[in-house]
Amino acid sequence: MSYLISGARVVDPQVDLDRVAGVLVGDDGRIAAIDPSDDEVRAADPVVIDGHGQVLVPGLFDMHVHFRDPGQEYKETIAGGVRAAAKGGYTDVATMPNTTPVCDTGTVVTYQLQKAAEANLARVHPIGALTMGERGEQLAEIGDMVQAGACAFSDDGHGVQYAGIMRTVMDYVKQFDRVVISHCQDDSLVGKGVVNEGVVSTRLGLAGWPAQGEEIHIDRDIQLSELTGCAFHAAHVTTAAGVEMVRAAKERGDDVTCEVCPHHLFLCEDDITDAYDTNFKMNPPLRTAEDARALREALCDGTIDCLVSDHAPHATHEKQVEFERAPFGIVGLETELPLVLTHLVNPGLMTWQRLVEVTAVNPRRRCRLDPVRIEVGGEATLTLVNPHDPFTVTEDFLAGSAHNTPFIGARLDGRASHAFVCGHAILMDGKVAC
Amino acid sequence: MLSVRNLINTPSLTRDDIRQILDTAATFEQVNSRTIKKLPTLRGRTIVNLFLEPSTRTKSSFELACKRLGADTLSVAGSSSSVVKGESLVDTVLTLDAMNVDMFICRAKYAGSPEIIARTTGARVINAGDGKHAHPTQALLDLYTMRKRFGRLEGLRVGIVGDSLHSRVVGSLVPALRTVGAEVTLVGPATFLPAAPEALGATSCARIDDVLGDLDVVYMLRVQNERLDGAAIPSVREYAALYGLDARRAARMRPEAVVMHPGPVNRGVELTSEVADSPRALILNQVNAGVSVRMAAIYLLLGGESDVVSD
Repeated sequence: MSYLISGARVVDPQVDLDRVAGVLVGDDGRIAAIDPSDDEVRAADPVVIDGHGQVLVPGLFDMHVHFRDPGQEYKETIAGGVRAAAKGGYTDVATMPNTTPVCDTGTVVTYQLQKAAEANLARVHPIGALTMGERGEQLAEIGDMVQAGACAFSDDGHGVQYAGIMRTVMDYVKQFDRVVISHCQDDSLVGKGVVNEGVVSTRLGLAGWPAQGEEIHIDRDIQLSELTGCAFHAAHVTTAAGVEMVRAAKERGDDVTCEVCPHHLFLCEDDITDAYDTNFKMNPPLRTAEDARALREALCDGTIDCLVSDHAPHATHEKQVEFERAPFGIVGLETELPLVLTHLVNPGLMTWQRLVEVTAVNPRRRCRLDPVRIEVGGEATLTLVNPHDPFTVTEDFLAGSAHNTPFIGARLDGRASHAFVCGHAILMDGKVAC
Repeated sequence: MLSVRNLINTPSLTRDDIRQILDTAATFEQVNSRTIKKLPTLRGRTIVNLFLEPSTRTKSSFELACKRLGADTLSVAGSSSSVVKGESLVDTVLTLDAMNVDMFICRAKYAGSPEIIARTTGARVINAGDGKHAHPTQALLDLYTMRKRFGRLEGLRVGIVGDSLHSRVVGSLVPALRTVGAEVTLVGPATFLPAAPEALGATSCARIDDVLGDLDVVYMLRVQNERLDGAAIPSVREYAALYGLDARRAARMRPEAVVMHPGPVNRGVELTSEVADSPRALILNQVNAGVSVRMAAIYLLLGGESDVVSD
């Protein structure tokens, strides 16, 4: 199938592109022409997609999602997860390894890639565990997983508690040219914390999760990255001070990057009320309004490299319990782009170029994937975004299996309308391809 | 009429709500001193006492309060309930609610449980203590006891000494005292203080001797032995020396100042027997007020107006 996306503003800072242009997608899954001639269009006989008023960008990549497969398929499956991704306009995702069993061998990587190929929607790039079982004790079979196709390594969901183990991990991972993604959490400080330590923990009588429990690990792992020379990426940073550490490391020339989630940008601890809504429980927790402001600035100014959802599906009954007993995490793939459009891009706080960098360019570079560029001959992995298509987030809008998000009911400005993976349509007119 | 449907915590109560509850409790106190203590007021109403964690004092107090108002009560305890069999709180409440009950009185291990119950049922809900969050009837009976002794609440200076961080009483008592115009200082080592006392409306102080002479009410919290594992204090001995109220320390209190405690008292730790049994101590007055205050809360939430005892 060939497609002509006509009349859209095409934005790709990798090739210095920002103008209204027609993009012809060939049936070989590559970009056949930009501003094709009438002859080229006639020859291709494409399905025409009216892109007027919309913005065409390289396919979006979310490098931090949880698809629960294998082992917790009642929460979500890879097949369901890639539907959520497609709905959100994401052509690629990287899945965290805290499945059951943990993705700590090439066998699990192979299984996940196979399930994703069967689903044939968004592409899945498995992230392997740093340590066996994510227990933080013994190296996982990193080389085996690299050969099977793991794109990065992380013990996400758990902090690696011992600096010595983390040093070993980084020394070992470095030889494979992969990034170590660190879930920064010092358990001796965090304990049973479920919300930010401070006003909200005091007000609600909940155990506090202090910012320093995260920042101490960010600082530690930056230093270990300097010691070992291993590329380091801080997962879901939540505090102004944590961002400052990353900024300083970058100024020193370290191979250090970080990511942020929409909920940490657009919500804060004050949103957790005495309703004890468990859809506001995530790890790391919502921080202060000042932290959220600093994160928004850092995402726009280039300090934060990637936007990720930390998409964390849970079954309804699991979240319908007491706050302290509920699992951490919310789903976010479907609402991630709309939130950033509404709160950053449309108000003019973030350029489209910057949006493409944090959602497509930087995550691919960090996960050692080939770049996706909008150029003739390049793979036709594209997302068409309608920034002015107002809608209300409802459970029906969510395409994955889970509905645990605090953004149900939110009025948002716009969303992805179409998405293509190598010329294969996974989202058409806002609907996920079957 | 109260401004709230349920009694979940004190910040949602207005000053007038608190006054109504305390005034109504005063009427019930008269009833409780009679030989025949039972009223027909809530005859035919059904109240579930859902106690999901062990409690003797609060549970007894609520049961008496329900019975003296003439309500039918059903006690469901955590150890015997299906909660231990893995049933969720929501399902437990839906099941009981299907039997047409008028009120849930709930003690729970986890903060926010009464809110879940209130969302799940059309019945009224009273929080009898949830996790480390709130214990509103304890706060109200404390206010009742203070008002009775001092004749006022506004302007009272209250020091709460001990493990405020893990105390559900503090989460209710401090906001209630602030609403009625009292001042509150939390006293204890930083390991026992909440991260943001100002979020509750309190100031904080590490040394009891710095504030003791200024206080009208010295409210001692129980040192919970189970908290000692985390090394929040090095030993009970050191805590007693630094924060315990013995006769020597009590002698520096203002002449009219009182000692209160939510019970049960660890004699020799936060209070010596000399102080606990002295005329300053209102500990049994608090227990006594508990039944009347709980009767008032139940009565007012189940739609009662004035003329409580015109039998």
